[in-house]
Amino acid sequence: MGFAGAADAGETIVISSDEDVVRVRQLTRTVAVRVKLSLVDQTKLVTAASELARNTLVYGGGGSAEVTVVDSGRRRGVRIVFSDQGPGIADLDLALTDGWTSGGGLGLGLSGSRRLVDEFDIQTVVGEGTRITVTKWSR
Amino acid sequence: MERVPVLKIGDFLLVSIQVDMEDQIALQLQEDLSARIVETGVHGVIIDITALDIVDSFVGRMLSTIAAISKVLDAETVVVGMRPAVAITLVELGLSLNGIRTALNVERGMELLARAREDELFLDLGDDDSAETDSDGAAVRS
Repeated sequence: MGFAGAADAGETIVISSDEDVVRVRQLTRTVAVRVKLSLVDQTKLVTAASELARNTLVYGGGGSAEVTVVDSGRRRGVRIVFSDQGPGIADLDLALTDGWTSGGGLGLGLSGSRRLVDEFDIQTVVGEGTRITVTKWSR
Repeated sequence: MERVPVLKIGDFLLVSIQVDMEDQIALQLQEDLSARIVETGVHGVIIDITALDIVDSFVGRMLSTIAAISKVLDAETVVVGMRPAVAITLVELGLSLNGIRTALNVERGMELLARAREDELFLDLGDDDSAETDSDGAAVRS
C-alpha cells in the first residue's frame, strides 16, 4: 500500500445508496472518537468521508469504504479507503481543481476533501475504477 | 419517510434540521417550505442547524437552493446555530454558502431578518421618492 504504520482489521461498508453514505459517516465518527481525534479533526474527517462516499455513489456507481485504525508507533489515526469499479477519472489534475465538476455538484468533493485530511492518495484507471485513500492522524 | 417540520413563529418560518439529510428529505423540505411561504406570506425563513454535526457540500447546496427559492418568493433566509467545528471545516472545504445570511442563534436570526426587512422597505420608499435627488436619497439608492 505504500503507507507507513500498522493497521488493525478494518470495517467495510458497501456504498449503494444514500443511507450507506450516512452509515459511512457514522462509522467514521465512531472510529475517530476511538482514536481520540479532536472535535475539529473528527468533523473534518467525517465531512471528507461524506464527500468521498457520495462521490463513490454518484460518480463511481457505488463501491465500498473500509475504515481502519492505523498506528505509526507515535500517533494513532483513521484511514479510509474508498473503492469503486466505475468509469475512472480521465483528467486527474482537472478533477482535483476547486470548482470543477463533471456532475451537478459544487466541484469540491475531491479538492475540498484533500484539504481536510493529512494524507490523500488517489489511484484511478479509466474504465476500471478509482481508489482513494485518506488518513487523519491524532495530534 | 422522515420529514423536516416547518413551524411558523411570529413573522417567520422556523426550520430545525435534526435528521441526516438525504435527497428525498431535502426535496420534500423544499416543497413544504415554499408552500408554507406562499400560504403564510412571511418574509423571513430561519434554518436552525444546531443539531448538524457536519455540513458537507450536499447540505451546503441544499441550504443555498432553499435560500434561492425563498428569495424568489420574497423571503430572506438566515441559517443559525452553526457549530464552531462545522464553521472551520466549511471554510477549509471551500464551501461558500452563496446567498445565505448567518446568525449565531434563533434570536439573533430574527433580529437580522427584521432589520433586513426594515431596510428593504426603506429602500422601496427611497425609490418612490426618486424625484428628489438630494444627497441622502442618492446615498440610499447607491
